[in-house]
Amino acid sequence: MARSAPTARAARRPWRWEWGSAPWWLRLALPMIAILVTFALASVLIAASGANPLDVFYELLIRPLTRRTSRLEVLVRATPLLLTGVAVAIAFRAGYYNIGAEGQLYAGALAAAFLGPRLGEWAPPAAVAVMLVGGLVAGAAWALLPAVLKVYAKVDEVVTTLLLNSVMLLLVGGLLNGPWRDPVSGWPRSPTIAAAAEFPQVIARSRVHLGFVVALVLVALFWWVLSRTHFGLELRAVGMGATAARFMGVSVRATVLFAALLSGGVAGLAGVGEVAGIHHYLIEGISPDYGYTGIIVATFGGLHALGVAVAAGFLALVDVGSTSASRALGIPAYLGQVVQATLLLVTLAVLLLNRYRPARRSRREERV
Amino acid sequence: MEFLIVLAAAALRVATPILLAALGEMLAERAGVLNLGIEGTMLLAAFVGFVAAHQSGSLWVGLAAAIATGALMGTLMALLSVTLGLNQHVSGLGITLLGGGLALYFFRLLYGGASTPPSLGQSFGQLSVLPGTTLAPLLSQYGLTYFALLLVPVLAFVLRRTAFGLRLHASGENPEAVDIAGVNVYRVRYQALVLGGALMGLAGAFLTLAQLGAFTHGVVNGRGWVAIAIVIFGNWRPVRILLGALLFGFVQALQLRLQAEGVALPYEILLALPYLVTILVLALAGRNANYPAALLKPYRREGG
Repeated sequence: MARSAPTARAARRPWRWEWGSAPWWLRLALPMIAILVTFALASVLIAASGANPLDVFYELLIRPLTRRTSRLEVLVRATPLLLTGVAVAIAFRAGYYNIGAEGQLYAGALAAAFLGPRLGEWAPPAAVAVMLVGGLVAGAAWALLPAVLKVYAKVDEVVTTLLLNSVMLLLVGGLLNGPWRDPVSGWPRSPTIAAAAEFPQVIARSRVHLGFVVALVLVALFWWVLSRTHFGLELRAVGMGATAARFMGVSVRATVLFAALLSGGVAGLAGVGEVAGIHHYLIEGISPDYGYTGIIVATFGGLHALGVAVAAGFLALVDVGSTSASRALGIPAYLGQVVQATLLLVTLAVLLLNRYRPARRSRREERV
Repeated sequence: MEFLIVLAAAALRVATPILLAALGEMLAERAGVLNLGIEGTMLLAAFVGFVAAHQSGSLWVGLAAAIATGALMGTLMALLSVTLGLNQHVSGLGITLLGGGLALYFFRLLYGGASTPPSLGQSFGQLSVLPGTTLAPLLSQYGLTYFALLLVPVLAFVLRRTAFGLRLHASGENPEAVDIAGVNVYRVRYQALVLGGALMGLAGAFLTLAQLGAFTHGVVNGRGWVAIAIVIFGNWRPVRILLGALLFGFVQALQLRLQAEGVALPYEILLALPYLVTILVLALAGRNANYPAALLKPYRREGG
């Protein structure tokens, strides 16, 4: 009797969960649920360090917003995440699982480090344009091989894009420890780029650079292309099912190929931004896994433009906040990485709820 | 000749963690789950093994802790990819980021203030077989190396000749048929991921408890990704995976040797070889690659 009680209660409820797309309020609530669960899990870790979780959450989420410098630093951190987030979202929308944003980012950074020092004679706007185009092309070029193999030889892209990340890191290491090594100091860093090729600041007295504007434009473009253009429709159709898309008359090959290259190109722009906007030369650790974090941004953002923007901002906040927590409370800054990874896993799980909707029971059902 | 033997001995040493991890990954993939959590699983297991050995003073306790950590991470992967049926590559990457983050977080928490990286002060010794002969340097390896080598024929036998092996293989090729035959696909995939995770944990333990006797941030350094490449190169078969791991170990050992002797070579090209060769293998095999047919596809029971 005791065992049947919950079922009996469920049967008396006037509504039940059924398959179908979730209503808007549930969709909006899901990210909140994911964040709450993530922070509940994180407080266990924080408690292990002996600190008060609420103090840490304050440092992580509120403190960076209270000071101008750290507020702007969130925008600086958000710049590569917006770009890699959009890059991953483009590919995932087409059902192409590009895990290679990290390598494509470095390809863009490599192009920027190669072009940058050679643009001394150019007018700044032209030099900056060359940098952007160079990074776009380099990122797309690094994404080309897995895309071609996927489209023409049906080779799964997950493994090829993943392995090319390692190859790219070795390539960058080889260049920085070989031909590009700083001849004076012996440091593994590329020659400094020309002043004309540097991205201008867009907010005075801050590190926020042109890359941030480029990232916002790309987020807007991503929204527009996806929801307002024929290509966006084809992209989404292919992502939902290649066979059905083919019956619609969509060229699946061309669409996937183009989405993969676009994804690589946008990730490449993130690399250009880090070189031209922040460091002005290339070093090995220029990206602390921005490419992989882009996967978190895209997933948490639900592969939507607005979602990606909010997710990038949130993860950048956690990034900056974890440094602040480490300084103020002695919590290892790696807490940020743990929180981000947990958020990814929790989001994936919570998104399962997206497939259900509460529905009113019909009379007949109630009688049964 | 002596040079070759020394080189071969080094190759075996380098190949050991790759082989253990690749065998673990092979189990998961044969059952139909691509476990991209491998890199983070290895790092976390290497770390937990190190801490357990450091705190208890016993390497064996460390080893057991590393294996348990690996199995636990495998269970988490199974929970996400099998029970919940989530996207395998994204949840795998999440586990890699989580494992890495946890290891580095607790490393900083426990040893953060230390100016010199903590060391165990001891590590598993090398067992010498046939001492005094020319082959002595080659057969003076860590116990885990012998274990890894032994595991190859054992797993080859298990996969081909036992009911467990057949169920594993079938779950990766045609889970629906396995289900209809009355075998629980979820259970088989759980077993593969937990066992595979334990082997990845063992690979991590080899690095901290045998090879280094210490833990550093870069202790795994992409070896998990190499293992993923080796599994494909090895066509999901234990013996060919051994071959791939030895080939990788040989190139790596040669590279280290040449570097030590000051030969100017772009070593990065040698290091990139396993990845490039694997991509080449995939490109040549194309759609004929012997991927387990159900790889990357979460299995859902009808009406379940």
